[in-house]
Amino acid sequence: MEAIIAIAIGLLTACGVFLLLRARTFPLILGLTLLSYAVNLFLFASGRLRMDAPPLIRDGASYTDPLPQALVLTAIVIGFGMTAYLVMLALRALSESGDDHVDAKEKP
Amino acid sequence: MHTALPALVALAFCAAPLPLLLQRYGRGYAALASALVMASCLALLAPLVMPVMGGATLLTSFAWLPEWGLTLSLRLDGLGLMFSLLILGIGLLVTLYAYYYLDRHDKLGRFYTLLLLFMAAMLGVVLSENLLLLVVFWELTSLASFLLISYKQESYESRLSGRIALTVTGGGGLALFAGVLLLGHITGSYELSVVLAAGEQIRAHALYAPMLILVLLGVFTKSAQFPFHFWLPMAMAAPTPVSAYLHSATMVKAGVFLLARLYPALAGSELWFWLVSGTGAITLLYAAYLAFYRYDFKGLLAYSTISHLGLITLLFGLDTPLSVVAAVFHIINHAIFKASLFMAAGIVDHECGTRDMRRVNGLFKFMPITATLAIVAAGSMAGVPLLNGFLSKEMFFAETVGHPVFDEMSWLLPAFATLAGILAVAYSSRFIHDVFFNGDPVNLPRKPHEPPRWMRAPVEVLVAMCLLVGIFPQWSIAPILHAAAGAVLQQPLPDFHLAVWHGFNAPFMMSLLALAGGIALYAMRHRLYALYDRLPSIHASIVFERAHEKLVAAARSLLARLDNGSLQRYLALFIAFVLALGGWAWWTASAAVLPVVTQAPDAASLIALGMLAVAATGVVRLHHQRLIAVVLTSVIGLIVALTFVRFSAPDLALTQLSVEVVTIVLMLLALYYLPPTTPAEDSMPRLVRDALLALAAGIGLGAAAYAMLTSPFDTLSGYYLTQSLPGGGGSNVVNVILVDFRGFDTLGEITVLAMVGLAAHALLDQLVLKQPMRDGDGRAWASERHPLFLQMLMRPLLPLALMVSVYIFLRGHNLPGGGFVAGLVTGVALILQYLASGIGFASARLPQRLPLFLAAGLACAGGVGVAAWAFGFPFLTSTHGHVTLPLIGDIELASAMVFDLGVYLVVVSVVLMVLAELGKLSVNPEGAR
Repeated sequence: MEAIIAIAIGLLTACGVFLLLRARTFPLILGLTLLSYAVNLFLFASGRLRMDAPPLIRDGASYTDPLPQALVLTAIVIGFGMTAYLVMLALRALSESGDDHVDAKEKP
Repeated sequence: MHTALPALVALAFCAAPLPLLLQRYGRGYAALASALVMASCLALLAPLVMPVMGGATLLTSFAWLPEWGLTLSLRLDGLGLMFSLLILGIGLLVTLYAYYYLDRHDKLGRFYTLLLLFMAAMLGVVLSENLLLLVVFWELTSLASFLLISYKQESYESRLSGRIALTVTGGGGLALFAGVLLLGHITGSYELSVVLAAGEQIRAHALYAPMLILVLLGVFTKSAQFPFHFWLPMAMAAPTPVSAYLHSATMVKAGVFLLARLYPALAGSELWFWLVSGTGAITLLYAAYLAFYRYDFKGLLAYSTISHLGLITLLFGLDTPLSVVAAVFHIINHAIFKASLFMAAGIVDHECGTRDMRRVNGLFKFMPITATLAIVAAGSMAGVPLLNGFLSKEMFFAETVGHPVFDEMSWLLPAFATLAGILAVAYSSRFIHDVFFNGDPVNLPRKPHEPPRWMRAPVEVLVAMCLLVGIFPQWSIAPILHAAAGAVLQQPLPDFHLAVWHGFNAPFMMSLLALAGGIALYAMRHRLYALYDRLPSIHASIVFERAHEKLVAAARSLLARLDNGSLQRYLALFIAFVLALGGWAWWTASAAVLPVVTQAPDAASLIALGMLAVAATGVVRLHHQRLIAVVLTSVIGLIVALTFVRFSAPDLALTQLSVEVVTIVLMLLALYYLPPTTPAEDSMPRLVRDALLALAAGIGLGAAAYAMLTSPFDTLSGYYLTQSLPGGGGSNVVNVILVDFRGFDTLGEITVLAMVGLAAHALLDQLVLKQPMRDGDGRAWASERHPLFLQMLMRPLLPLALMVSVYIFLRGHNLPGGGFVAGLVTGVALILQYLASGIGFASARLPQRLPLFLAAGLACAGGVGVAAWAFGFPFLTSTHGHVTLPLIGDIELASAMVFDLGVYLVVVSVVLMVLAELGKLSVNPEGAR
């Protein structure tokens, strides 16, 4: 099971990084999204993989580590904020330069 | 504590802008303000004169940054007093002189403000007790002099000269700073009183040599010693009052002032002797030689200044008590006669319109009074008896005779001194004879005549002082000289007697020889000029400027290669760097083999991994077709959410799922404007490079994840699990952590989120984007913009969805849910209305002022935190209790819920602000999407 998660993380990272290095804004946003997935999974995995042990206090239950979950929850929301910001930035850049290339210069 | 000292420095700095403020009433007011400030400083100083002359050292100190050894401490002793009187006295004369010298159309506010600023910094240098403070003032004098030298901002030459002066003296200041830090390290204090008493300890320290060299670099650059002398002749581009003030009496004297100030601490070693006297001797002779060949009489004076500074440096280097007295004496004498010479030269320049001695001749006929004054001052410069320059020069000659270091070659030093004297007489003769006699003026732009009465007055005062000191030294100058030299030596003064006539001794013979030799040298000047013209000339300033240009060009080309403006490239470099760091850490880590504990994979997980692999590679493979890539990305998001479900993280799954929906809608909206496809434009090498980087990153992070997952596990979460219910009043530990235990993190996070919402407004408001009429395949968009079916279905769905979100919100503290998820669900429900019925419909029914809700949310969350203060608890302390409501049942009411409400409001408003701004872009003139 651990290997599966590790492979998933590696795969998402590789795809994310490759897309991050593209020259256009939209693949870059996709790449960042994939990389966020990978990082979130990584953070989540630092609490180890336990099934049927949600951190909801009830009698006689055992719990998985809640702290990474709390961290990842904020990470997901911040990730959304970042994606939203990038999307808006991409649109703004498109309007300023007339092109969606990341190195596009402002229109004269 | 003497409050007069800090008041003096503070007054000088605070009053500096006065001339600038007063100039609109007339240029006279600016000059008056400057004069009044200087006079007030003198008045503040006056009551302190008597005690200091009596040998007292006045200290005053305020703690500033005591832990760094920086105190605001000032000191007034004989040396400081002598310099302060020079700075203020000559400052007053220069103020008067500049009023007449500078152009009538110049408002003068800027000039006098800069002059006062410089004066204040200079006073700071000579009155500092703390060495770090001294360095600060030292650099301020460099800055002020830069502004004064380049006063004529429209002239390239002025700006260049100012820049070179700043580079040299400012750079020297940095070396001095380093030297002072070393000095503080050696003695353990930056206070002069401590440092001056620690001479033995300093000279014995291993760091003495580097420290001395660094301090001397500061001194030599400031006092224009060889090979840093070139900035001073260039600085003659400054207006003459600036030259008279900075380049005779004050700024360039700061270097030798520091030699005097630190003399007891630094001198007394062989290194000091050779470095200081060697540099001084070379400068003395070389600059005197160059001065003789100038055509520009101001340039002649500049080189002569360098030469005299070399003389003073040499005297300090000779390192005997009497040579130090002579050095201090010559500082005063040189300031007096050189300031008057500069002012006289300025008058000539002002009246003739040129400074070329091949054209400016025979002025005695036109301005006999000015000529007489200048001749007397130049005589002092040459060392003619009955003038003040003669006295200190004789002391110099006396010190060179029989100096202990040269016992075998005892003739060498006196011979050298006599040669320097001959050259000084030669260039002084040239100044006198060429300018005031030697035939008639050649082709002058205007007919010269005597200057206004008050323009000449400062020169008259200074020349009178030359005579006074020269004839009655014991009566006029001896007291202050005793006080100053005593403060320099920090020990009882040697016995010396100031008098014009000491008998026919060796120094007097040397003086006579210098006078005769100098006049003889001047007599054969034409042959010497011819010889000089055939010698190759090296101008240090040109060498410096070339080196400077090369440095700038090299830096530019390096920058152009590193910083080519391509974000794509920066990102690749950044990733490669991070990979290298990771690889290095991996490589150097100790390889401890631990027992590996793993769980067996099951079929469902394998299938999920397979789907993930297909989707992720699909995104990469098909990213040119953007719509398909978005759809595949959403598949990945779903699989990630399922992973959270499987591994006991229901909150994460809910959040991921709702974020996914919002994100996908966002991307689809963006795709409406962005090009629908990505062009295949990457070259093969770049693709290979990126693939390698991506592969390395993937393998790295995957391996790190595997290593982490299979290593033993220890967590600090036990605290949260046991305290969640009793401490936070909720059984959903994740939510309790978010809104209670680590509420401060969450507060920060929603603040970031709020900024994204505001950024939406900032980035997209009023933005106009071209509306594509067709999709990527050339098909026209559907004319039926809002399908009736969707509209009808969505409207009743809204209250249902809102109810769900309230439910999720309320149960969040105990069961999966909470403000984040509830906010996202609400956001999705409202977005659906936008999608189904159009922006016009939805906007009309939704609150217009979303930022208000955003602020309310932040206020809720922050308010809960602040409220805790009211009850005497730390920020964000929470409380809770149970309430039973009819129908709904037992409800946990915690103050953390108000916090969660804040989170909810922020999330909803941010989601709506972003999507509404994006939606607004598409409102075309017909008002429909």
